[in-house]
Amino acid sequence: MKMRRRTFLRYVGATALGVTTLGCLGKQAATEKVKEGVVDETGKITVYSGRGENLIRPVIERFSESTGINVEVRYGKTAELAATILEEGKNSPADLFFAQDAGALGALSKENRLLKLSSSILDKVEARFRSPKGEWIGITGRARTVDYNVKLVDKRELPESIWGFTDPKWKGGKIGWAPTNGSFQAFITAFRVLEGEEKTREWLQGIIANDPQEYPKNSPIVAALGRGEIYVGFVNNYYLHRFKAEDPDFPVAHHYTRGDAGSMINVAGLGIVDTTKNQNLAENFIDYMLSEDAQRYFATKTYEYPLLEGISVIGPQKPLSEIITPNIDLSDLDDLKGTLKLLQDVGAL
Amino acid sequence: MYPEPNPTAKNGVSNPNRLPLFLLFSALVVAIGMMLPLTYLILRSASLGDEAWNLLIHPRTIQVFVNSAFLALAVTVISAIIAVPIAFLTVRTDLPGRRYWSIATALPLVIPSYVGSFAIIAALGPKGSILQNWLAPFGVDRLPSIYGWTGAVLSLVLFTYPYIVLSVRASLHSLDPALEEASHSLGYNRRETFLRVTLPHLKPSIIAGSLLVALYTLSDFGTPSLMRFDSFTRAIYIQYQSSFDRSMAAILALLLVLFAILILLLEYKARGKAKYYSSSTGSQRPPRDIELGRWRWPALLFCSAVVGLALIMPLGVISYWLLQGISMGEQLMFVWQLALNSVYVSSLSAFAVIAAAIPVCILAVRFPHTLSHLLERSTYIGFALPGIVVALSLVFFGAKYATVLYQSTAMLIFAYVVLFIPQAVGTIRASLLQISPRLEEAARSMGYNLPKTLLKVTIPLARPGLLTGAALVFLTTMKELPATLLLAPTGFNTLATSIWSSTNDAFFARAAAPSLILVAVSSLSMIAIISLERRKDEKVKK
Repeated sequence: MKMRRRTFLRYVGATALGVTTLGCLGKQAATEKVKEGVVDETGKITVYSGRGENLIRPVIERFSESTGINVEVRYGKTAELAATILEEGKNSPADLFFAQDAGALGALSKENRLLKLSSSILDKVEARFRSPKGEWIGITGRARTVDYNVKLVDKRELPESIWGFTDPKWKGGKIGWAPTNGSFQAFITAFRVLEGEEKTREWLQGIIANDPQEYPKNSPIVAALGRGEIYVGFVNNYYLHRFKAEDPDFPVAHHYTRGDAGSMINVAGLGIVDTTKNQNLAENFIDYMLSEDAQRYFATKTYEYPLLEGISVIGPQKPLSEIITPNIDLSDLDDLKGTLKLLQDVGAL
Repeated sequence: MYPEPNPTAKNGVSNPNRLPLFLLFSALVVAIGMMLPLTYLILRSASLGDEAWNLLIHPRTIQVFVNSAFLALAVTVISAIIAVPIAFLTVRTDLPGRRYWSIATALPLVIPSYVGSFAIIAALGPKGSILQNWLAPFGVDRLPSIYGWTGAVLSLVLFTYPYIVLSVRASLHSLDPALEEASHSLGYNRRETFLRVTLPHLKPSIIAGSLLVALYTLSDFGTPSLMRFDSFTRAIYIQYQSSFDRSMAAILALLLVLFAILILLLEYKARGKAKYYSSSTGSQRPPRDIELGRWRWPALLFCSAVVGLALIMPLGVISYWLLQGISMGEQLMFVWQLALNSVYVSSLSAFAVIAAAIPVCILAVRFPHTLSHLLERSTYIGFALPGIVVALSLVFFGAKYATVLYQSTAMLIFAYVVLFIPQAVGTIRASLLQISPRLEEAARSMGYNLPKTLLKVTIPLARPGLLTGAALVFLTTMKELPATLLLAPTGFNTLATSIWSSTNDAFFARAAAPSLILVAVSSLSMIAIISLERRKDEKVKK
């Protein structure tokens, strides 16, 4: 009996030792964490970014170099990071949230997790590209386009209006789309605002009648266009250049529709999380992303639209003035829910 | 047969009605940890009302649920049909190049689904794929669509059948040849012996592997998404991605858990109470290899086909991307730090999982009791859930109640344990079942107490199961994505997160080098394990 108890205690002791060791591992990583209630003056901010590392690391490094502020970035999927910030609650280590789409910012705003930005920052960008409540701000925009395979489709066949794609000549799996993708859903939301619920439903049903092929998101659509698997695809503008960079003979080109939701702008933006202890540094970050230097980077390196008002550099894109963006709050989740319901009703989702 | 010395002792080690405290305690700690995701889901769903009910009974929800259920069934059955012959061929026959086939047929498991599915589409897609381009000169303009059921089943089978192979192999290595020899001496030929003696003995390992395949299929999102299969995980994903509604996602995930519990119940019933160890002492010798003769050609063809599709093809596509990238002047990423990070956490993960699984398994096998069985079953919950659900549950508990540990390596390893412990539980359990309790009884009779017996007799004998479990956990952790993205220390990147990051932004060539390194490193662990198996055989042969 005594032997057994000793062995049991030995076992417990070993477990405790193990747990403590692991805990120390954890502590080591955590020593950089700031004590509660103290403003951190050490010049470090944490960004949760749904924007890809390959695209924005250079510009973040430029920020660090020019300001001396250390930036730690957690890269991930926008929606998952939003859910993480919400689950972390008041213990969230995040100072900033860099979202790939406005909907995610809206999700945080709805639960009052974003701080109101100062007006000097908000004024840098047109009202249609920022939160009506001033809680997030668009940094760059991506235009919706209809990309097409140049070998399979003659440029002249392409309709001027997005409605043209409901024509039966696009039947039989020629169209590629991504109903689960955030940018597509934002496009449908814009459609509903511009043309009304009934018209949007009609358009969706028209496309579905043409038997479109479904993809999980934008880049598989562009890849499929390259393979000739589909003829046209509803995507964002900036993926094509990535494919062309890896293969200059990639047989796909942009087509923009005129004056309708088909060529709207989606916004990638920043918001300051309410648990930040570095509000000033966070605002510096946003400030930098809206500076000419950074906006020029986005325009020429990532092929996105700079949103800084009055900037002259636009890179190799269609001018912003030719792009319609309806005056709606793209981060309005209730609006997004309406879009989802519509998509589910017509059977697209 | 002489009478049992102690009529109440069922399994020889101890009275099953008295569960040893230290084992029970350890297993309980493990089980409580594994129940965290379930607790999170219940908490999240509790706030919902009618809306949740409407979602659950919506025809679309039911339809995708049925889809996923049938997908799991199809993938499991087909995987088993492929895996059992392969395991048998590579362990028990004189298949030419057996050592290389052993490794090659188990390797597809190292390929992450988000890479493998991409590769399959690039190779076999209806238009513009490698296969279609090869056949174009023969007038083939368009291949039949790989999307939907075909692609989903193909991709899942190809990259998960090794679960069953590894599990069955470990069992075959521990099989006492005396059983088959006795069968032969009683007049059964080889085929009948296989069907009547060997196969039934392999039942626990086949089922253990199949369980993993089934639960993995239920929880995977990447493959159905790329293959355009309308799966249940897609419905969960839409809630997170489009509605930003964690509560609705939670209730759907709970449905998934219920289904997983159903599957676990079925598996439990299928196990039965058969004994898998032999009563005679026998001598520790490896069985004689079965000579294939002219059957070796179909066997080789079969193995080549499987390895060709599951391993050569994806690696070929990735290499093609790499070469294309190099020719375009794409700089190869500096992957050493990433590789080191991956190996570091994967090793810790394997160690932690084995440590956690051992008490649970010993309890379940040697001390059969409702409680011990329940504890063992509960470890499977994490594996059946999509990674994002487990990750968010740990974010929830970690950030709120374990702030110091939050986003530390320790918490990340804990997440891996929650996710992958069933892989070790299954293989260790199968190994333990094949150890005769008489050996442990002998040790007890010579004065060893229970913990010493377990340490010096049981665990060493369960080595095949331990090693296989460790290898599985290592290579599954190497390719893990959602939990790593959310729970690793900020700035800590692995090969897997780097691959995802590159493919997400369409930098395919940049994803190729890390992919190949990932496959290479994971393969090393697989090769090491399989060599250890063989060395044990060789030692005994002498």
